[in-house]
Amino acid sequence: MQTSMIRRALVAWTALMGLGAHASATTAFITNEKGNSITMIDVDKMEAVKTVPVGQRPRGIALSRDETQLYVCLGDDDTIAILDAKDLRRVGELPSGADPEQIRLTPDGKLAFVANENDALLTEIDVATRQAVTEFPVGVEPEGVAVSPDGAMVVNTSETTGMAHLIDWRAKQTLANILVAARPRYAEFNKDGSELWVTSEVGGVVNVIDPAKRAVTGQIHFDPPGLSKEQVQPVGERFSADGKLAFIALGPANRVAVVDAASKKVVKYLLVGQRVWQLELSPDGKYLLSTNGVSNDISVIDVTALKVVKSIAVGPFPWGVAISKR
Amino acid sequence: MANGAAPLRADPLEVKVGVLRQTHSRETISILDIPAADDFLAGARMAMEDDNTTGRFLDQSFAVIDKRLAPGGDPLAPLNDLRAEGAGFIILDLPAAETLEVADALRDKNVILFNAGASDDRLREEDCHANVFHVAPTRSMFADGLGEYLIWKQWRRWLLVVGSHPEDKLLGEAYKRAAKKFGAKIVEERTFEDTGGGRRSDSGAVQVQRQMPVFTQKAPDYDVLVAADESEVFAGYLPYRTWDARPVVGSAGLRPTSWDASHELWGAQQLQNRFERQFKRGMNARDNQAWVAMRMIGDAVAHTRTGDPSAARDYFRSPDFALADFKGQKLTLRAWNQQLRQPILLSDGRGTVSVSPQEGFLHQTSELDTLGFDQPETKCKLP
Repeated sequence: MQTSMIRRALVAWTALMGLGAHASATTAFITNEKGNSITMIDVDKMEAVKTVPVGQRPRGIALSRDETQLYVCLGDDDTIAILDAKDLRRVGELPSGADPEQIRLTPDGKLAFVANENDALLTEIDVATRQAVTEFPVGVEPEGVAVSPDGAMVVNTSETTGMAHLIDWRAKQTLANILVAARPRYAEFNKDGSELWVTSEVGGVVNVIDPAKRAVTGQIHFDPPGLSKEQVQPVGERFSADGKLAFIALGPANRVAVVDAASKKVVKYLLVGQRVWQLELSPDGKYLLSTNGVSNDISVIDVTALKVVKSIAVGPFPWGVAISKR
Repeated sequence: MANGAAPLRADPLEVKVGVLRQTHSRETISILDIPAADDFLAGARMAMEDDNTTGRFLDQSFAVIDKRLAPGGDPLAPLNDLRAEGAGFIILDLPAAETLEVADALRDKNVILFNAGASDDRLREEDCHANVFHVAPTRSMFADGLGEYLIWKQWRRWLLVVGSHPEDKLLGEAYKRAAKKFGAKIVEERTFEDTGGGRRSDSGAVQVQRQMPVFTQKAPDYDVLVAADESEVFAGYLPYRTWDARPVVGSAGLRPTSWDASHELWGAQQLQNRFERQFKRGMNARDNQAWVAMRMIGDAVAHTRTGDPSAARDYFRSPDFALADFKGQKLTLRAWNQQLRQPILLSDGRGTVSVSPQEGFLHQTSELDTLGFDQPETKCKLP
């Protein structure tokens, strides 16, 4: 009796603290590709809160700039669902074209880009009006999209063509089509936009591109001990909040590589779950979450200590991750 | 709508690729396997479009010229036509003898051949040629791919049934080699004589139901029946009809293959969708092998910025070459015999059951080299 009263008091106290601190709760949203669901995670407590159905084959996920809404690519439903970030209620849709996989927003949050693998098109969506405003032809099986920090340059990678397409988005003009190592998946600008890092899943490297010179200036190789070169398949990537480190998910190598952004040297390999796909930083930059597709969990990495501090079970085949500070 | 294509240069590079294919028998055990008119060619055509999309950004264009050869026909006549039409790259779907004939005829020419059809080990070993790159897996790769899985499954006692045609016997040899390599036991070997007779006919079906149990009875204890039947004579009739309740693997049941229309892992669904949309049918292993060959050509031309076959040859043999397929890892080249390294899918025709190499089969350079003849055993000497 007494313990249950204490527990109730504790629950009430925790709830009050949560309300009082207001914006202190950090919530991660994980898409479960084969679970057709989203798992909400309380990042502060490092535990799953709930898992709710969302539609078929959810992969790419992004938050609106004000963090009130989530955009979720539903590949097998050929749509992007708009969800209320509080209760995951579906409030609308974005026009996506067939089989959307990834979505990327411009820094001002007004535009979203979606690559349509089946049609070799990059679709630009006006988030406010929920209308597709441009369809831009790119290479075979377009995949990753990155937007430069100033919003002027949009980069799209195409898997089978093996290129990064650099596009001046204001002029709607291709600036360069840069050949990179085989099957480029994701593209990410560094903090000041002076470098563009493109992961090549099959080539097993990160291609470092100078967007001003429009050329590959270097490649980062990975050699985690005890693994064959075929197992190293770089996919998701993120820079640390201070821009000094980069984190590269190495797929079936089950590791996240930590790279010194300046020297391009690998500092450490962090063992995470199986087939690590995507990465996201918590808004305060303290934690990095990785989605581990085969082991059905996510790993929480302490960015300061460079240590994996927790694994949290989610739904089947976790793929995408977005983190809100609300 | 914006136009993403780069402005065209004055003289874009045009690459002509020949496809030389011998038509395959329509006498298949399942009607689902009867080859379409564009069998093999369709794969090359789809990769041509992929190459052309890339080429749009590099001022390169690719065209496929198709030549068909009737069984028993002279391959040199269509080969000369392809040469006359300017093909510097030729993708072959021919039996071993014709593949060799073509390779010999072009020995001193600046033409690269892609063997995307014949799985004969000898083409990569004692009969290897510097002008031939092998996209099709070998019989020994297929047998080892299946063998590793059977060992992993602890199905070590094999009843081997081999057809009476020469290709069946070669495949049977590959399974015997795999058994020895991985420590499986062939409890007995039986030969299934091809005595002709109606396939797919109603009376044939009645016979089959009686024939297959009888053929497989009185076998020593075994875990799986391994069928070696490239000629499509009997293997397809074995599942569910064996005397003992045992799974069938090899040429029926669980089959080692380079591709199957049901394969959807590692993004393969995208390729399957595109193929289905364009050709109104599923992509088979031959289509896929032609697709891989044509993608290799596109990749080489994109990277070397020339249509010169000798530059492509150097590129394939360099450490830079890695081809993106949909089998979970990159495809690279065994420089010692110019065989493409690749995983082997194990398919039941409804989905991919497993993919070899299996975990735990280790190798000092690449686990893919646990499949088939490895460098230390090779009989190939390239200049």
